[in-house]
Amino acid sequence: MSTRNLLFDIAMTHLYGRARQTLTSIIGVALGVGFFIAMAAMMEGFQGFFTQKIIDVSPHIVMEDEFRERPRQPVSWFFGYEGTAISLQGIKPKEEIRGIKNAERIINTLSQMPGLHISPTLEGQIFYRYGSTDVSSSLKGIEPRKEKKITKLENDIIAGQLDDLLTHSYGVILGSGLSDDLNAKVGDTLTGISVAGIIKKMKVVGIFHTGITELDKNVSYSLLKDVQVLQNRANVINGIRFALDDPDMAEEVSRQIEGQFQYKSVSWQEANEGILSVFVIQDTIRYATTGAILLVACFGIFNIISTVINEKARDIAILKSMGFTEGDIQWIFIFQGVLIGVVGMILGWALGYGLSVALGSIRIKMEAIITTEHLYIVYDVMHYFWGGVACMFAATVAAWLPARKAALLRPVDIVRGASG
Amino acid sequence: MSEVSSVLIETRNLTRILPLEVPVTLVEDVSLSIDAGQFVSITGPSGSGKSSLLYLLGLLDQPSEGQVFIDGQDVTKLSSQDLCRIRLKKLGFVFQFHFLLSEFTILENVRVPMRKLAKWPEKEQIERAEKILEDLGMEDHLHKHPFQLSGGQRQRVAVARAVANEPLVVLADEPTGNLDTKNSDIVRDIFRDLVRTHRTTVVMVTHDLELAAQTDRRVHLVDGRVVS
Repeated sequence: MSTRNLLFDIAMTHLYGRARQTLTSIIGVALGVGFFIAMAAMMEGFQGFFTQKIIDVSPHIVMEDEFRERPRQPVSWFFGYEGTAISLQGIKPKEEIRGIKNAERIINTLSQMPGLHISPTLEGQIFYRYGSTDVSSSLKGIEPRKEKKITKLENDIIAGQLDDLLTHSYGVILGSGLSDDLNAKVGDTLTGISVAGIIKKMKVVGIFHTGITELDKNVSYSLLKDVQVLQNRANVINGIRFALDDPDMAEEVSRQIEGQFQYKSVSWQEANEGILSVFVIQDTIRYATTGAILLVACFGIFNIISTVINEKARDIAILKSMGFTEGDIQWIFIFQGVLIGVVGMILGWALGYGLSVALGSIRIKMEAIITTEHLYIVYDVMHYFWGGVACMFAATVAAWLPARKAALLRPVDIVRGASG
Repeated sequence: MSEVSSVLIETRNLTRILPLEVPVTLVEDVSLSIDAGQFVSITGPSGSGKSSLLYLLGLLDQPSEGQVFIDGQDVTKLSSQDLCRIRLKKLGFVFQFHFLLSEFTILENVRVPMRKLAKWPEKEQIERAEKILEDLGMEDHLHKHPFQLSGGQRQRVAVARAVANEPLVVLADEPTGNLDTKNSDIVRDIFRDLVRTHRTTVVMVTHDLELAAQTDRRVHLVDGRVVS
């Protein structure tokens, strides 16, 4: 114990002797940890917001009325083994009547599955005309009672109500971006023109705002039976929307459903593959950037400890000749690195927290992937934990490398040359 | 403290060759034994291997061949951990340069080996360090830093540090090399006193033949071999 105190005293004299350089190293470490935390808070805030919204607003799985693979031609089906020399040309896909066949049976079967909520839908393109503006939109026919079970659309309605769809014929709920484009408010009556060529007067009964620009600008909702009329497809549905109690299961369940019924079933992860892969790139950049800052900080630690070791070579020699072990010498210098790491880490935590608060308080009007007025910040203890772990690991390695060199220093080489 | 003279350090056919491209022989086939309580000087022209021999005796360097016995123990094959332990408990070093820790006070410097050994409680360590420094006439400088002292005073502190753990042997490498005659005499007297009153063995490398003449025994080296 008293040896440790002695080593501690010696280490402290080294740090005091280079106070300014020590401080620089500490600041370097603090910046690394601080930026790591702030960037994590901001990026995961954004990603978390986006993912949560996706999970809340859209179904976790959508079964569509199409197949991933085109049906095989009977001839290739007949000779259908590998290597058969058949070449078919000029085949036109048969125009089929779209829609999910046997929807009733599928719904009945799947409603046995625990943790799965189901809502049938008919979705199609529609043009809204209001005044002199034409805007196209994807109109989803829903049943409000079932919709409530699979999405939190209700929570995002900023004017009117979801249930108002039931009390108005041809009522429609518009996305906020859509209503802005049309310049329409709740109570206004639009002209809806479907791709089937059917024209109806439609009354705006609600406006929703999710914050996800693509949804707010493109999507509108009406009653399923109204959409069936508009699309001239009575009793047809072309999609079944599912929600899961555990959204993370969506990929697995969608595969299972698709395997069972062949209809293309898309999980929310697959539907948002593009943006989710951007998140991966974002994370990579984030780790690379903060890693680089930390790396530079480590060079600072490496540098200061190497300098101290060069400067104190005589002290190391005499301590070793006195009977200090290699471990003792190594401890002196690793301790210095660890101390710089610990102080830097604590300052970095404070800096990271401060930056997070500052970023969270900035007002930015942004209409990109998400529509928001401020940055989303998450405060997660794990950011602080991992920032600390990375910092301590890096600081220890940065100190260990020169410390090892110091420990192996031979006193004879130094006493021999020293005079004066 | 036995009255019978006993062998404290013994070497058998000690050889040290630097394994360079052209191997350099520093010490060749040295067999000697040093009794406890002797004041021994190692002399020889520069490059004769006298410091190298001292480093081998002080376990700072490993022989290429031969053995070193300290206090009856063959130390040639010991681990570096064990060698550290022996240096800490049984050996003390004084070099030409003082090697004091510049950030520590004189008293703290003398306490460094004591704190490492941890044999005495802190209070006793301080008392002992003060006593040693007092005996060397340094009582007025206990809380000064090395840069505030003269060369001779620093060397006295270095000696004080070397004897802090009551070693069996003090190994000194040109301890008076940087000192004027007056300070050289003081250091010599200190060593003599150590031998006489504490029965500490002192092995001193020096090129000063006059100084060597005043020791109990002279070992003269030429080209790494003992010639007298």
